[in-house]
Amino acid sequence: MAEAILSGWGRLALPGVELLGEDLESLSRGTTLSRGMGRSYGDSSLPARGTDRVVSTRLANRLLAFDAQTGVVRAEAGLSLVELNRLFVPRGFFTPVTPGTKFVTLGGMVASDVHGKNHHREGCFGAHVRSLLMRLADDSIVTCSPTELPDLFYATIGGMGLLGHILEVEFTLHRIPSPWIFMESERVRDIDEFLAALGRAAPRWPMTMGWIDCLQRGRSMGRGILMAGRWAEPHEAPKEPPRAAPELTFPVELPNWALNPTTASLFNMAYYWRHTQQRVETIVAPEPFFYPLDAILHWNRAYGPRGFTQYQCVLPRAAGSAAVREFMELLTRLGGASPLCVIKDCGPEGEGLLSFPLEGTSIAVDMAISPDIQRIVDQLNEFVIAAGGRIYLTKDLFTRPEHFRAMEPRLDRFLAAREKWDPQRRLRSAQSVRLFGDRA
Amino acid sequence: MKAVVLGGTAGMGRAVARRLAERGDEVFLMGRDAGDLARSAADLEARKAKDARVGYAVCDLEKPEGFAAALDEADRALGGFDTVVVTAGMFATQEALEADIELTRRVLTVNYTNTVVFCEHARKRLLERGGGQLTVFSSVAGDRGRKPVALYGSSKAGLSHYLESLDHKFHAKGLSVLCVKPGFVKTGMTAGLKPPPFAGEPDAVAKHVVRAMVARKPLLYTPAIWALVMLVIRWLPRFVMRRIGF
Ligand SMILES: Cc1cc2nc3c(=O)[nH]c(=O)nc-3n(C[C@H](O)[C@H](O)[C@H](O)COP(=O)(O)OP(=O)(O)OC[C@H]3O[C@@H](n4cnc5c(N)ncnc54)[C@H](O)[C@@H]3O)c2cc1C
Repeated sequence: MAEAILSGWGRLALPGVELLGEDLESLSRGTTLSRGMGRSYGDSSLPARGTDRVVSTRLANRLLAFDAQTGVVRAEAGLSLVELNRLFVPRGFFTPVTPGTKFVTLGGMVASDVHGKNHHREGCFGAHVRSLLMRLADDSIVTCSPTELPDLFYATIGGMGLLGHILEVEFTLHRIPSPWIFMESERVRDIDEFLAALGRAAPRWPMTMGWIDCLQRGRSMGRGILMAGRWAEPHEAPKEPPRAAPELTFPVELPNWALNPTTASLFNMAYYWRHTQQRVETIVAPEPFFYPLDAILHWNRAYGPRGFTQYQCVLPRAAGSAAVREFMELLTRLGGASPLCVIKDCGPEGEGLLSFPLEGTSIAVDMAISPDIQRIVDQLNEFVIAAGGRIYLTKDLFTRPEHFRAMEPRLDRFLAAREKWDPQRRLRSAQSVRLFGDRA
Repeated sequence: MKAVVLGGTAGMGRAVARRLAERGDEVFLMGRDAGDLARSAADLEARKAKDARVGYAVCDLEKPEGFAAALDEADRALGGFDTVVVTAGMFATQEALEADIELTRRVLTVNYTNTVVFCEHARKRLLERGGGQLTVFSSVAGDRGRKPVALYGSSKAGLSHYLESLDHKFHAKGLSVLCVKPGFVKTGMTAGLKPPPFAGEPDAVAKHVVRAMVARKPLLYTPAIWALVMLVIRWLPRFVMRRIGF
């Protein structure tokens, strides 16, 4: 059952053995890690060493129960968000939290404790999980929840698969008034104005996020477009449900040089000025609103064979807008910027022991992998540590263990949970080898 | 349709059962394991917008003595069925089969003898009601004697032959028989194998199959490209087949 090469979304490829099958319960026995659709950018879904057997959950995708009264759904961990949305949006239900791609599994959403545009209202996905069925390192199968084995539960949420294989997930879907989104988008001139606009939007809108042009320097640094939205009421929405967009596939791998500073700033300029009015209100379909990048499958090929990484950090509110401005300046100075730079206002920290968000501002930027990348990430991390922030593990590929320790006060509690549930560290990933010193 | 799906808990059968359920057809599942059947039935129920129970019965292609009872139960649950789909089967690599004669016996029996026996039970019931639709998954592996699937392919060759004859014999009586010949499809069954260039996805295959069922076609290669591939393979001269590894 071998598949020679496994890779994450950033295209880092490592040798590995992936087990694929419908029966997670038997597949997961004696294996070291589970993975879903491999949409984590870095090395968190990759095996610690090439001979380790990792479980692919993709075929374990059954819905086990759904209660239309309460919205509670129970499903196998490999069920994807694509399927969930396809089945439930027409019935007036939506996932309580969605990341920026629908090509993720429930297991991956729990293990990364994903956040979405509504983080300031709804927190992370884990906040909506009622219980998990898991296979642990000692091969036993247990149920955990906020009340049953809570220490295991909170270490699993955001725990990057290191506490056990998630077999089933039970969580609550939200009711939606229509299958359409009411969106307001606004052009914003610079970074200070951006943070102010995000702050104004948060109490008024359940969903907000911004795209910023991080190649601009000087006065227009951090200009961009703020998008805010809510589900449209039936009387505002078109009678017909949104039509499925055609699926496009990024046809070829571009050469490494195709995405360079010049093409990137041309792209950004076009994107910014396409938004011709200061403020626009529209009714849009959920797909382009939540998943703009999913419209083109395999868009990661745009970065060429060198691959790319995403740097995502959150800077706490207390550090103020000055910290965000300085971060952006550092980023441009280091040459780490690219067309994709997303800014998000985060609400309070959740209960998952290694969950990413923190009350403050999250910045995510794609960066092509270059010989300088380690140095760039190191310098950004040093800035983030000084500001009291942290990085998002599911995107990470280059953070050093000492940096991670410095930014993560909860780390000892997480390691204690691992010590209790997996003293031999049988469950591990390429990432846990890098960050926690697990044996390769 | 009121459809019985033998093998509907996994792989292509799971995809076909889902597609039928989402279209609004009534589905009855059959498979080897009661727990697995219950979970798949729950999956189909949750996928249907309407409240509807999905029945199931244990039916194992290695135990032909249970076929009649399972079909009777489906008959009761559905109030008479008009469609039977068989996706169940057994796969093993040529190396594994060559190393184990008992395994060879099982694969040949399940894929050929017992599948034919099951189809005979199903066919009789369908014809008693004036006909219906019988869809059975054979394989492109049965189209030509080939080195990498010499034994498995022979069981599917026999099955394809049987299905073609059924179609000839009973078409006029209202029974339409569809022989599905999938090429490589990425399922749990093929998980250990390296996918060839035009490997298919189960959902796309299911869509294709249900369309062919509705159109009452007798034969379907899926993904469609395999019709072309097999056309070429069927015409390759023997000295070429002896030489190549295909
Ligand atoms: C375009 C794009 C946009 C994104 N936007 C966002 C966003 O807005 N917000 C956000 O939070 N994230 C975002 N992400 C990240 C993404 O949501 C996460 O990486 C998610 O976890 C990927 O899910 P997956 O099923 O592909 O998991 P994988 O990448 O396969 O695995 C991710 C982690 O989950 C673990 N895991 C997976 N399944 C299981 C299981 N059954 N049991 C135990 N552990 C398991 C793996 O071991 C690994 O550590 C984005 C990613 C992309 C590519």
